[in-house]
Amino acid sequence: MSAPATEPGTAPFVRLTAVTKRFGSAPPALDAVAGEIFGGRVTGLVGPDGAGKTTLMRLMTGLMLPDTGTIEVLGYDTGRDPASIQAAIGYMPQRFGLYEDLSVQENLDLYADLRGLPKTERSRTFGELLEFTDLARFTTRLAGKLSGGMKQKLGLACALLRKPRLLLLDEPGVGVDPISRRDLWKMVGNLRAEGIGVVWSTAYLEEAEACDHVFLLDKGRLMFSGPPAEMTGRVEHRVFRLSGIRGRRREALARLLEEEGVVDGVIQGEAIRLVMKPGLSPPLGDTADAADAAVTPPRFEDAFVDMLGGGPGGRSRLAETQREFAEGAGRPVIEARGLTKRFGDFTAADNITFDIPRGEIFGLLGPNGAGKSTTFKMLCGLLKPTAGEGRVAGFDLRRNAPEARNRLGYMAQKFSLYGDLSVIQNFNFFAGVYGLSGARKRERIGLMSEIFDFRTILDMSAKDLPLGLKQRLALACAVLHEPEVLFLDEPTSGVDPITRREFWTHINGLVEKGVTVLVTTHFMDEAEYCDRISLIYRGRSIALGSPDDMKARVASKDLPDPTMEDAFIALIQGSELKEAA
Amino acid sequence: MWWTRLKALIVKELLAVLRDPKGRTVLIGPPIIQLLVFSYAATLEVTNVDLMVLNRDDGHWSREVVQQIGGSPTFRSIELASSPHEVRLAIDTQRVLAVLEIGPTFSRDIEAGRPAQVQIILDGRRSNASQIVSGYLGRIVGAVAAETPAGKRAASETIRVEARNWFNPNLTYQWFMVPNLVASIALLIGLIVTALSVARERELGTFDQLIVSPLRTHEILLGKLIPPMMIGLFHITIYILAAVFIFGVPLRGSLFLLYGSAIFYLAAVVGLGLFISALSMTQQQAILGAFLFMVPAMLLSGFATPIENMPSWLQPVTLINPLRYFLVIVKGVFLKDIPLAEVVHQTLPLCLIAIVTLSSAAWLFRRRLE
Repeated sequence: MSAPATEPGTAPFVRLTAVTKRFGSAPPALDAVAGEIFGGRVTGLVGPDGAGKTTLMRLMTGLMLPDTGTIEVLGYDTGRDPASIQAAIGYMPQRFGLYEDLSVQENLDLYADLRGLPKTERSRTFGELLEFTDLARFTTRLAGKLSGGMKQKLGLACALLRKPRLLLLDEPGVGVDPISRRDLWKMVGNLRAEGIGVVWSTAYLEEAEACDHVFLLDKGRLMFSGPPAEMTGRVEHRVFRLSGIRGRRREALARLLEEEGVVDGVIQGEAIRLVMKPGLSPPLGDTADAADAAVTPPRFEDAFVDMLGGGPGGRSRLAETQREFAEGAGRPVIEARGLTKRFGDFTAADNITFDIPRGEIFGLLGPNGAGKSTTFKMLCGLLKPTAGEGRVAGFDLRRNAPEARNRLGYMAQKFSLYGDLSVIQNFNFFAGVYGLSGARKRERIGLMSEIFDFRTILDMSAKDLPLGLKQRLALACAVLHEPEVLFLDEPTSGVDPITRREFWTHINGLVEKGVTVLVTTHFMDEAEYCDRISLIYRGRSIALGSPDDMKARVASKDLPDPTMEDAFIALIQGSELKEAA
Repeated sequence: MWWTRLKALIVKELLAVLRDPKGRTVLIGPPIIQLLVFSYAATLEVTNVDLMVLNRDDGHWSREVVQQIGGSPTFRSIELASSPHEVRLAIDTQRVLAVLEIGPTFSRDIEAGRPAQVQIILDGRRSNASQIVSGYLGRIVGAVAAETPAGKRAASETIRVEARNWFNPNLTYQWFMVPNLVASIALLIGLIVTALSVARERELGTFDQLIVSPLRTHEILLGKLIPPMMIGLFHITIYILAAVFIFGVPLRGSLFLLYGSAIFYLAAVVGLGLFISALSMTQQQAILGAFLFMVPAMLLSGFATPIENMPSWLQPVTLINPLRYFLVIVKGVFLKDIPLAEVVHQTLPLCLIAIVTLSSAAWLFRRRLE
């Protein structure tokens, strides 16, 4: 995005003064947040789930009042005059706020009635908005039947019915494929040009870079406020890309993370991305792991991790205590052969085929609703394929005995733990279900509580744990019985980057011990951890290969070094062209 | 191995209910409310009746009738009216339930040995109570009639009815109601706990977790079946204790038979709950489904109204209602030492219902995975 369009001297649209909000006895959801939001700018509220983004947004709408501090929106105080604020702003809550059983047109009509849009203006406004959102072809379709991206566009259209001066968008990027996401950004860019103030909240750190101004929130505290370039500036010249790794790159990363001076490191396809302490260069001595280290432009996430004091290090005690699975002879651990699933006349997954050898991380990448969850569920035995078959360690999990299922660990989206049970009760349950008893059970649970640091909170209810700890507990429960195959469904969605790195450190370590991993994700950077990925779009696998392959496939003169997201979009557009032809 | 898995599941189920504040409320609230409401408030007896008397006779016999009524504990107040207009007003405004009108020649007719008449005006809007009050008044007037000279002369020719109530000699209302409640509380708790347990897991996504675990389908079903049965048995026990020690209901039959058949009854109920929860996607749907079954099941069980009074086309419907059979057993064990053969006769259908509901729940679970 181009430079912020703030004229000096203009009054801010929103003025936050020491805003604090608590819910019950928990730590404050917002802790003395102060700042100003201007018109003609896109202001990002950035932070992991539970950082306080939604709370702050609802406070700005006047739907809730702060415990202490004041909020002034467009000159009105939220406590004294919420009605005037609500008449002048547009608010798009998370989960759309659409009526799923009404059609696109009926939703627009309803919101036009609610917002009191005069009848005479309707046809013109509807026409403009439908063109703006490219939904004109779908006016009769039920809102519930739209894709995630189209729902968000319709939500945006409803929020724009009476052109607001300030537009609040709560996580508009969730559940939206990268192409629709780019469309949404384009739309928001146009609104900004008209002088509208846009607030865009997101848990995707890469979206922060597209904003004019960023409020970075973490656990209710405002960590940073300013243009994103100022944030990334703190790690400028400290981010390196190590390529030509000798030996296994996961081992290399684990070693590098333990080195003095390394702040953060992640796998990027065949390469490793390192953030160093100021003034230090990557450790490339005789024991060098990499042939080449080049300075690379920093990303918002690099800066955030640096601000939080660096990543968690590269050692995984979990992997160190894990027994080794020998390289199997020949046969792949996971096999998908022409997996197809139809629901009525809708094909959710169409002829999906791949093999995963032992000790590989395989990723199913794609937007929500593309079919990656369906494929995933067919492989782990939760759904019966309409055609084709899936095998894990040689077994069809729908037919074979529990002994086969004993070999796999499963971690579901949203970390499906038993919230009313305490940490230790969750451990006991998962241990029992996987047939652990007696001394072995005590030993494994003891080990897990030690590695994941649960010993002091064993009696806390799982639902009261912060998100990061829930994610850790879910992983601990999934690997309690030392499975040889791990199924991970969106394992890190919404968690903070430190927890995410910790998670991947463990997974990388386990993979080095011969554990095979199938992971679904819609995080492009998470796809970089995979050895190979299958790109699923509209039920079909449109590309299969290593992350570097995918990027190389779309590299061009204009785009010599594409990101994973660029590759994703180019591949999807390519597949659509092929389909049209 | 399978026992380790099953035990883990059962412990988890019990903890999930007991550690959830909402779950605890369901276990404690409804049972207490049901016990209090049904055994004290929802009584079918008619007492505290307000009566009006329009007495246009000033003889001895009409005073005798009014006095007798005044002595009956059924009537709370007797208001004397002086005109038919007052009578109409009192009935219209529901100030009184019934009016006794005695004509001007009442005492004279009796003394002369002629047939004498009284009129009872009842409020048909409250048909049940009216019917009962009509019976009371009829009995009182009949008693007075027997005292008249003509009555005394006819006494040798009439048939004397002597009523004896077996099993419940004083027709104590609670003796009838509390054993019924033992059966209905188990239905309520069994259905709700079960229906919620699967739906909750589905909502939270933990159900998938169970399916990918080494648990077999029948182990999952057993794990879902046993904890609600344990909770149901606990409530049955509490209610039996309350019946005996608080309400003084005699326990004449074998507790062993009661508990033996209760296991089959609970299996049938929990099977229904599992069936409902296999059909529903959310906890809300599960609760709605449970009540959709429970209300007709209560009405079609013989709980409040005898099955024999229902129209003949409706009676077969009650055959699939587990509450119907268990009510017979509970009342039998409490009040009359029901014989083993009769218990078996009532338990067999329970057994059948349990088999059908459990296997259809299992089938539905499998189908839902397709």
